Amino acid sequence: MTLKHTALHAEHLRLGARLVDFAGWDMPIQYQSQLDEHHAVRSAAGMFDVAHMSALDLQGARCREFLRHLLANDVGKLKLPGKALYSCMLRDDGGILDDLIAYYISDEAFRLVVNAGTTDKDIAWISAQAAAYGVTVRYRSDLGILAVQGPQARTAVARHLPAALAEAALQLIAFQAAWSGDVFVGRTGYTGEDGFELILPHAELVSLWGSLLADGVKPCGLGARDTLRLEAGMNLYGQDMDESRHPLESGLGWTVAWTPDDRDFIGRRAIEPLRGNSPQTLVGLVLEGRGVIRAHMPVRFANGAVGETTSGGFAPTMKQSIAMARVASDYSGACEVEIRGQWVAARLVKPPFVRHGKVLV
Amino acid sequence: MSNIPAELKYVASHEWVRVEADGTLTIGITDHAQGALGDLVFVEVPKVGRKLAANEACAVVESVKAASDVYAPVAGEVSAINEALASTPELLNSDPYQAGWMWKLKPANPADVAALLDAAGYAKVLETA
Repeated sequence: MTLKHTALHAEHLRLGARLVDFAGWDMPIQYQSQLDEHHAVRSAAGMFDVAHMSALDLQGARCREFLRHLLANDVGKLKLPGKALYSCMLRDDGGILDDLIAYYISDEAFRLVVNAGTTDKDIAWISAQAAAYGVTVRYRSDLGILAVQGPQARTAVARHLPAALAEAALQLIAFQAAWSGDVFVGRTGYTGEDGFELILPHAELVSLWGSLLADGVKPCGLGARDTLRLEAGMNLYGQDMDESRHPLESGLGWTVAWTPDDRDFIGRRAIEPLRGNSPQTLVGLVLEGRGVIRAHMPVRFANGAVGETTSGGFAPTMKQSIAMARVASDYSGACEVEIRGQWVAARLVKPPFVRHGKVLV
Repeated sequence: MSNIPAELKYVASHEWVRVEADGTLTIGITDHAQGALGDLVFVEVPKVGRKLAANEACAVVESVKAASDVYAPVAGEVSAINEALASTPELLNSDPYQAGWMWKLKPANPADVAALLDAAGYAKVLETA
């Protein structure tokens, strides 16, 4: 299979990036040092080509009503144009089809940003559900996505936006977007730092990347993106949850809007009985002994409860290993992780591990 | 291109071996190996006094990406370890052939070293990989 290229592919090659197949896309895992890229985002600003992810524009008079049925979180909460909401999209049995961000554009228009590996499946699912509501789904393959993250990210980006959009962008609150024509700026991210995610035409994305590079914003690969999101306690689809898992056992119960009681979102009937008594739950771990936790390592507790890590690695900001693990909800007592045949002590924590450059656990 | 010092011996699994004046062997991982692994964040070396068989997996290097075994190039007994790696594993990235050495081995049979790859042989391994 031929790997797909984003508009920045030639730029990644020019910068000497190491490329990997990510969901069918030839993407940079790192440019030089993944650790340096990670630290740049925590301390200054870094940028990520995430144009493998997809923007879907939904349109129709019943658009809001449709999304209140489609998504486990409630877009009815969105009152301010440009406001965004993080949500799971569930199957009838409660399994997570994808996690996404929904932007409220107008009462008749919403924009969804979905994962790369799930795009085709999502479009098919959403389109099938949307027909009954007269809502159309448009895959914006004409647009790319660039994430610019870090304490200096917003001012770095604003310098290169048209004046009116720059002013609007700098006034955004968290999880809100502004736009001008096809240039869309959201104050969102996947790193635990302040920053923007921009959705814009490919040629403009390449041009903005060049300007930011000249200003010293560090190109960062998917490797740093993964260590940053893990420190931020953010789930990765396909790793911490997938179609076989529901939100309540994936650390995402907070994204399920149970009120109003009569909102009949897809998957509600399957997961509502588990509300407050899910047999499994997702927890954060900090390794106390030596080593590095990886995904799929066994976890055990003093009371006999067991589980398995879903994500794990070395946290560069903390200089120790952290993980997320799905464990039996009745766990208690000391926790250990089996790392290559040896049980090593770990401490249970509530993610996030790191936010805005500060270690929280 | 990675650095392959001419005076060292090599194993296809990317370890290097330096024969010291007293006959002990100093062992580490090659520049190519550290580059392929990426930033190293954890290193586990065998204990002093442990007897190793040739090709025995006896050490682990973990990068931000993954864990990899490191193998004993020849049989022998561990005579020293690089204690600095516990707190500064990045020495394997910055200086793989000097400050980033991993352990020293008293070979069971000093002649075993002759069978290892020389620099040209290891370069060929990298070319055909």
